[in-house]
Amino acid sequence: MATEPHAAGAAAPTAALRGRTVLAEAWQKACPVLGVVLALLVLWYAGAVALNGRRVTEQLDGLGERWGVRELALAAWSMERPVLPAPHQIAQGYWQSVFEAPPDSPRSLVFHAGVTLSATVLGFALGMILGVVLAIGVVHSRVLDRGLLPWIIASQTIPILAIAPMVVVVLGSLGLPPLASKSVISMYLCFFPVAVGMVKGLRSPEVLQLDLLHTYGASRVQVLLKLRLPAAVPFLFASAKVAITASLVGAIVGELPTGAQAGLGARLLSGSYFGQTIQIWSALLMASLLGVLLVAAVSLAQRLVGRVMGTPA
Amino acid sequence: MDQPVVDAKNLSLVFQTADAPVTALSGIDLTIQRGEFVSLIGPSGCGKTTLLRVIADLERATSGAITVNGVSPERARLDRAYGYVFQASALYPWRDVLHNVMLPLEITGRPLQESRAMAEKQLALVGLQGFERKFPRQLSGGMQQRVSIARALALQPELLLMDEPFGALDEITRDHLNEQLLRLWEQTGKTVIFVTHSISEAVFLSNRIVVMTPRPGRILKVIQSSLTAGRDLDARETPEFIDVAHRVRTALRAGHSYGD
Repeated sequence: MATEPHAAGAAAPTAALRGRTVLAEAWQKACPVLGVVLALLVLWYAGAVALNGRRVTEQLDGLGERWGVRELALAAWSMERPVLPAPHQIAQGYWQSVFEAPPDSPRSLVFHAGVTLSATVLGFALGMILGVVLAIGVVHSRVLDRGLLPWIIASQTIPILAIAPMVVVVLGSLGLPPLASKSVISMYLCFFPVAVGMVKGLRSPEVLQLDLLHTYGASRVQVLLKLRLPAAVPFLFASAKVAITASLVGAIVGELPTGAQAGLGARLLSGSYFGQTIQIWSALLMASLLGVLLVAAVSLAQRLVGRVMGTPA
Repeated sequence: MDQPVVDAKNLSLVFQTADAPVTALSGIDLTIQRGEFVSLIGPSGCGKTTLLRVIADLERATSGAITVNGVSPERARLDRAYGYVFQASALYPWRDVLHNVMLPLEITGRPLQESRAMAEKQLALVGLQGFERKFPRQLSGGMQQRVSIARALALQPELLLMDEPFGALDEITRDHLNEQLLRLWEQTGKTVIFVTHSISEAVFLSNRIVVMTPRPGRILKVIQSSLTAGRDLDARETPEFIDVAHRVRTALRAGHSYGD
């Protein structure tokens, strides 16, 4: 490097050198992740043999042929309804239900994911609105601060599984579509982190920043719009990341007691009725990918807003 | 002359704290005329900031009388009679420099075009043209404080209340800003009430220096300064300056032995 002719006076590293360090850094970061993934895969395949082993040995014994570890493992990893499917079986099942079924058929995971996604997004939107409105009330009214906050906290101690069927029955009897009850359950789970985060965020402005508006004779609405809400934006996004995943869980849970025909929750339920473990795991995989996607979407929104509001990414 | 900008008579303020009431201000008599540059100086806890906050209607006096522009401080505040510069710049980090200065104009509902032009004019006055699109975190402490002065000037108040605006800055920046502020005052003829604990800052800027003393916060002495108009930082080497500074220091020392 020192022999490069033009490097003598340059303090900054050359582009090639910088490229190399970036690669090395990426490798250093990726190494532990890859190691963990590899270890998990090994454990998973071993676990599949252990859990599916009993039924497989019965089958193999029934065939009356001699078998060894190799035959045991291969059979355990290729059962039609295994206790624990092997990763490649899940990948295959996922591939088939995502790419090989038409996206509008009930055999397609894309179809089911779409149904769940719509309830998630609607529930998230409702939860954000409810959370922000509650927080604004709590911050501006001593009565609400004392009277409402305990109820908000108490609401979260009730298990969602206990409430979900009641919501479904009540809203169903009012003639509302399943989307409504699923969104309400989803909203119920996700408004809480938003409300708590926003109360903190709306109270985050410093005394001087508040005094400043006081010197202009600003109204409470102006204080809210010009100071409290913008100051609460970072808190809102931190809450939104928690809320969006809670909202997905809510939508899936909302699909369980309805006997719904569509949605990832319905897919999980029908899978467990018929022992279709591969179908269950594929739906789980879809749900977690959906969760990652939704959090990524919130992070993207955070970045875009951050750019406008001058906060470094 | 005509009606005083600030007229306080026998003003007192007692804070009710958990253990015992604290007398922050006691028997304050002070009259400030239009166009004056008055400094309030004294050690920590002498009530100089509290007095400024009472004038600004950020605190209420518990007894005595005070008028600002001949009306109550609250009325004056609602009339946007003054611009306030705090110890910290209190800029809103999500607004760029231009929009920070536009904030008071937005609050008072001025049209956007007018606000923008007015904000740009004030930024030019504090020497910050070209920084309109920067965010506060991209500026030095001195520049941030200049933005907050531009913001205080945005509504074109006749009265400027400044609470140790340069206290957190290094001495070189502070000297520079003192000189700028003096020019600004000379150009605009505004009334300035300036809280500081720096003797040289007070003497350099003011035509009257109010020396205060703590526990309880009282006015100990009011010193008239006769430094020539159009002075620059070199004026601090002149015998007149040294004489005024000496009188202020003597008064402060007298107040100190009083307290303990």
